[in-house]
Amino acid sequence: MCLAIPAHVMSVTGDKAQVDFGQNVLREVNVSLVEAKVGDYVLVHAGYAIQKLDEKDALETLSLWREILSAENQ
Amino acid sequence: MEVQNYRDPELARRIAAKIREVTPQTGSFKFCHVCGTHEWTITHYGIRSLLPENVEVIAGPGCPVCIVPAAEIDESVQLAQKGMVMTCFGDLLRVPGSNGSLLDAKAQGADVRIVYSLTDAVEMARKEPEKEFVFFAVGFETTAPATAVEVLKAPPKNFSFLVAHRLIPPAMELLLGVGDLNIDGFIAPGHVSAIIGMKPYELFPRVYRMPTVVAGFEPIDVLMSLYMLMKQLKEKKPRLENEYSRVVKWEGNPKALELMDQAFTVTGGNWRGIGRLPDSAYKLRDELAEYDAHAKFGVKIEQGKDILLGCECHLVIIGKIKPDKCPMFMKACTPQKPVGACMVSSEGTCRVWAKAVATSKPLKP
Repeated sequence: MCLAIPAHVMSVTGDKAQVDFGQNVLREVNVSLVEAKVGDYVLVHAGYAIQKLDEKDALETLSLWREILSAENQ
Repeated sequence: MEVQNYRDPELARRIAAKIREVTPQTGSFKFCHVCGTHEWTITHYGIRSLLPENVEVIAGPGCPVCIVPAAEIDESVQLAQKGMVMTCFGDLLRVPGSNGSLLDAKAQGADVRIVYSLTDAVEMARKEPEKEFVFFAVGFETTAPATAVEVLKAPPKNFSFLVAHRLIPPAMELLLGVGDLNIDGFIAPGHVSAIIGMKPYELFPRVYRMPTVVAGFEPIDVLMSLYMLMKQLKEKKPRLENEYSRVVKWEGNPKALELMDQAFTVTGGNWRGIGRLPDSAYKLRDELAEYDAHAKFGVKIEQGKDILLGCECHLVIIGKIKPDKCPMFMKACTPQKPVGACMVSSEGTCRVWAKAVATSKPLKP
């Protein structure tokens, strides 16, 4: 039940935001737990955004791992 | 957000190879996760089949629906039978109480409604002010903030909460005391950690010398966390690491934590199959008693019948046995006719395994 799904913030009105879960699956979610702006990715759990997703970190982490794996191979 | 990168089979194979490389050939190693979504990822992507023979991953009490004790299900059934509109997530509907589930109550005419989100339940109460609505608030620290948000916003007078939220770190600590479970490291749950941050896990490496890695839910996340755990073991340097830094911050979500602190006090709580754990449950603060269904309707059941005869849920929940070691698994107990709570919820270990059996995904017992 701790499933949380990333979604793209399309618009924000007060505590509510319209988000896109991908392939145009749109839904209104509550964003009072995060500082969400249009364009952010948020992690949505049961209708509430519980955290922002750091896109830069996501990409950096992956390349870091690739690096570590290669470095440790040598 | 390109999630596919975290499902890259080539990268997965490389990490699996590295895990093999750092795993000592002698001895056996057991890592424990405490999240139904982790079990789903591990089973769905066949991660166990990628690991060396002497590395095992077990599922701890990570399904918040499975660990709700029968007494609290009984309370919800009683409220529904008394004429309240009981609202809950779909997973809860069939969880057995001592004398039946909410679904049974519904079949007998009680008004039980499934909602996707707590917001929907509050909305229903606003639209039907002549009825009393109760939301069955089940879930770990991931789910509890939503309850805090709504209760502090002063919901309609005809709305209250049956709070059954639980905290994960006390359950992890319990596992370390279970004789012959012999865990070598924890995969800590990413979405609980998104809220509570890293600090609550500090005691595991410090006090128990237990390697602990907070992990995300894609296959690469889980494999990488296993690699990190294995490396810690090999180096004999247990520490707390964060594999899921794209979501989990050291401090967690301060706003959520602040609201939870305003809404709840932490108290002892019963867990199905486990018993009473100190400081493991949230309770609404006394000043919010008007929204506490226990206080509002005088419902309190102390004892229920948690485990039916022959059901091994209590052993599955703490990772002592795998689902297929239960004599009822896929015989008397199936997703269509579940006996135990672990087969009911889509995050229950038995249910996850049942689905894997049905779809013939790789599954190494």
